[in-house]
Amino acid sequence: MNALFSKVITVLDTEPYRLVVWVVAIVSFVALNAAYLVWVERKGAGRFQRRPGPTEVGPAGLLQPVADGLKLMSKQLLVPAGADSMLFRGAPLLVMAPVLMSLAVIPFGRGLAAVNLNVGLLMVFALGPINLMAIMFGAWSSRNKYAVMSAARVVSQNVAYEIPMLLVVTTIAMVSGTMDLNQIVEQQSGAFWHWNLFRVWVNPLMPVTFLIFYICMLAETNRAPFDMVEAESELVAGAYTEYAGMGFGVFFMAEYANIVLGCSLATVLFLGGWQSPFSFMPGVTWFLIKMYFLIFSVVWIRWTFPRTQFYGLLNLSWKILIPVSLFTLILSAAMIKMLRAPS
Amino acid sequence: MIVSEPISRSVAGSAPNETFVLNLGPQHPATHGVLRVKMTMDGEYVVRAEPVCGYIHRMQEKMGENRTYAQYLPNTSRIDYLSAMNYTHGLVGVVERAARIQVPPRAEYIRVITSELNRISSHLVWWGAFLLDLGGFTPLLYAFDDREMILDLLEGITGARLTYCYYRFGGLYNDVDETFLKGARRFVAHMRPRLKMYRALVTENVILRKRLIGIGPISAEMCRKYGATGPVIRGSGVSYDVRRAEPYSVYPELDFDIPAYPEGDSMARYLVRMDEMAQSLRIIEQALDKLPGGPVMAEKVPRVLKLPAGDYCYAVEAARGRFMVRVVSDNKEIAYRLKLRTPCLSNLSLFEEASQGMLLADALALLGSLDLVIPDIDR
Amino acid sequence: MRVVNEKDPNPKMKDNGAPATPAPGAPAPEPRPNPLAHLPLPFQAVDYNLKGYHLEAAVQPGQVAVAAGYLDSEGFSLDTITGVDWLAQGQMEVVYDYFHPTRGLRSVVRARIPRENPEIPTISQVFPGANWHERETHDFFGIRFLGHPDLSPFLLPEDATFHPLRKDFSA
Repeated sequence: MNALFSKVITVLDTEPYRLVVWVVAIVSFVALNAAYLVWVERKGAGRFQRRPGPTEVGPAGLLQPVADGLKLMSKQLLVPAGADSMLFRGAPLLVMAPVLMSLAVIPFGRGLAAVNLNVGLLMVFALGPINLMAIMFGAWSSRNKYAVMSAARVVSQNVAYEIPMLLVVTTIAMVSGTMDLNQIVEQQSGAFWHWNLFRVWVNPLMPVTFLIFYICMLAETNRAPFDMVEAESELVAGAYTEYAGMGFGVFFMAEYANIVLGCSLATVLFLGGWQSPFSFMPGVTWFLIKMYFLIFSVVWIRWTFPRTQFYGLLNLSWKILIPVSLFTLILSAAMIKMLRAPS
Repeated sequence: MIVSEPISRSVAGSAPNETFVLNLGPQHPATHGVLRVKMTMDGEYVVRAEPVCGYIHRMQEKMGENRTYAQYLPNTSRIDYLSAMNYTHGLVGVVERAARIQVPPRAEYIRVITSELNRISSHLVWWGAFLLDLGGFTPLLYAFDDREMILDLLEGITGARLTYCYYRFGGLYNDVDETFLKGARRFVAHMRPRLKMYRALVTENVILRKRLIGIGPISAEMCRKYGATGPVIRGSGVSYDVRRAEPYSVYPELDFDIPAYPEGDSMARYLVRMDEMAQSLRIIEQALDKLPGGPVMAEKVPRVLKLPAGDYCYAVEAARGRFMVRVVSDNKEIAYRLKLRTPCLSNLSLFEEASQGMLLADALALLGSLDLVIPDIDR
Repeated sequence: MRVVNEKDPNPKMKDNGAPATPAPGAPAPEPRPNPLAHLPLPFQAVDYNLKGYHLEAAVQPGQVAVAAGYLDSEGFSLDTITGVDWLAQGQMEVVYDYFHPTRGLRSVVRARIPRENPEIPTISQVFPGANWHERETHDFFGIRFLGHPDLSPFLLPEDATFHPLRKDFSA
């Protein structure tokens, strides 16, 4: 029995099978998270609003996402007359794909990354804007004024917040000297003061850098207080207006998957990835704890603050975040030049 | 619900004066009611916003010509259901004024207490719904929590939670009991720290301040030209309140301030309503202290009231502004003409001029700060 | 920054000073004050405690805009415009209510027009708020306001041709 088991493991460790196992694992991780983040969100919202949240379906409402999924799947998929049918149907798929691909390079534990790319960071940010393009495709092909207006806002919001995010990530890449996410996590080994968040001797503004990354992550995933696309937009549903049933469900799932991606990136880049804070027992557990802590804070922020004004959001990015992140980038470069011995 | 038309013309064109019509349809996720606004937009800017009313028009004034005054009394609660006590006070007041009925002082004090409780509950709904419009989902639930206390109190004496029909010609139909009086005092003690918490959580929140300060300015002159009253005119610096300008009931004997802010923007109207809630608590406390004993119903009020011929008016300060009932009587028990002057109609009429050239989201913040209840406009 | 109104702005206006029926043998009651006596309009003071307004004037239909202009310059605000259908007298009455935001005064302007051809000039060029009130009065009574920019139905459906508050209206 044991021999059979170890033979299966050896086979699965060879290349094509290993990738298949990883793909299945990532897709199920994303799907499970997307579904149960809905539960976390609704329970959290309920508790912040002094009410219980879902309690009927399953114990403590845990089967609520299953009920929601069944409801969405049983709805008729409408394609509006005159809509561009290929783009309309393809947009949800295009929204989901880059997230799944980006998650392939995130190291969940020691040696636990689907693909070990030495330019993992670059890949994540190369795939990011596809998500944005897909929302635009969906809105445009819906042949609906509200959708197009909302999509125009989303595009300008996302473009505005990509820039400080990339500047911040460049700072990290410079400080770590590598774009390989595994290496970045390895460099943060030791106790928690080795984490990038606290590496102030390299870049004194590192916590500010983390804050900028967090804000940009909220804006990139279209979460409150930056949720123009789904909530207000002329008081209709915005870019997803014409989507019904599972088409809308996939957009929704992609949003939660994006949150998972953003929070796991923040964990890897700033909070030490799978490193434990007290240099014992590092591993997947710590990664998951940190990631879920960040996700909880994202949910908390959503239910606490009102929405920003659209031009306020753009002002924040162009007038505040970009100058500050440029400054931290230059500061890091200067500090590295001064502090590292010439090699 | 959504009007589709070829959008390539309206979005792709960069020609000047290329506008399109956006229909904020009568069905809304926001809680304003069935209001339709036809907005002509130039990109994100509002060129013209034309409110189209009449979706909930029930011809209340015709009903007033087919019912006796007592039969019409429940209708008044349904005009502005959030501020029902004040509206009933309008009808009851005009009949008492015309028929020269003297209301006993205990009834007057209880009317003041219940009207002010109703004003607070109406402002709480406005506050929660306004913040919901702006994207803050949670304060609505907190406001409704406090409002439950008021609704429970008023249910104990009137039997209704929203559309009270408590006042009668000559007084009230039911006296209050100890539960109500103790509960009212407990509510006042509970609400004061809650208002402080709302200020810290919401009013001083930087995102909210950016959304409201300087947005939707309305000058005092515009208010006067359109007849806007209530927090709209008080938020433009004119402290006009019917309780002081045309005092009724026992308000002259109570000591309270009329909050007014001169800036005229949405933040000023917001602060006026928050301060009004604090002032209402003051009024309730004083009225509870001064509550006299005695009957709550005047003696010898005829069962079927006939008003002498002529026309009579009575105005009250409802939660949204000046509410006036004008009755033209020809000495019968049914009014010849019953006119309801509602505040929201005048308040909304300035929206078209005030929202020109604003960004869409700012126009919606302005609409929320006007505090509209559409059945009030349409009657 | 806060403007607080401590006192009643118009203590005199609360009580016009004249009792309803003078006691026998008492001197004749003083006439009620008429703050609009200087205007060339027939304003008369009225018992506020009975009627709910202080001043009223009955004017010719052609004069309503002039009256609105005078009241506007006095600082009044438009309260409401309504109609009354006097079927027995063959007339319709248009009633304009005004209130003053700082002096606490209420005044009423009335005009009577023939019922068969009810027309009256608009006052919406003086008070823009009259726009909607006049549309509503047109909806309910069929009174045409000459010079009104857009007299389309306000509360009734767009294609309505009936006027429900007329006394000879039956559904």
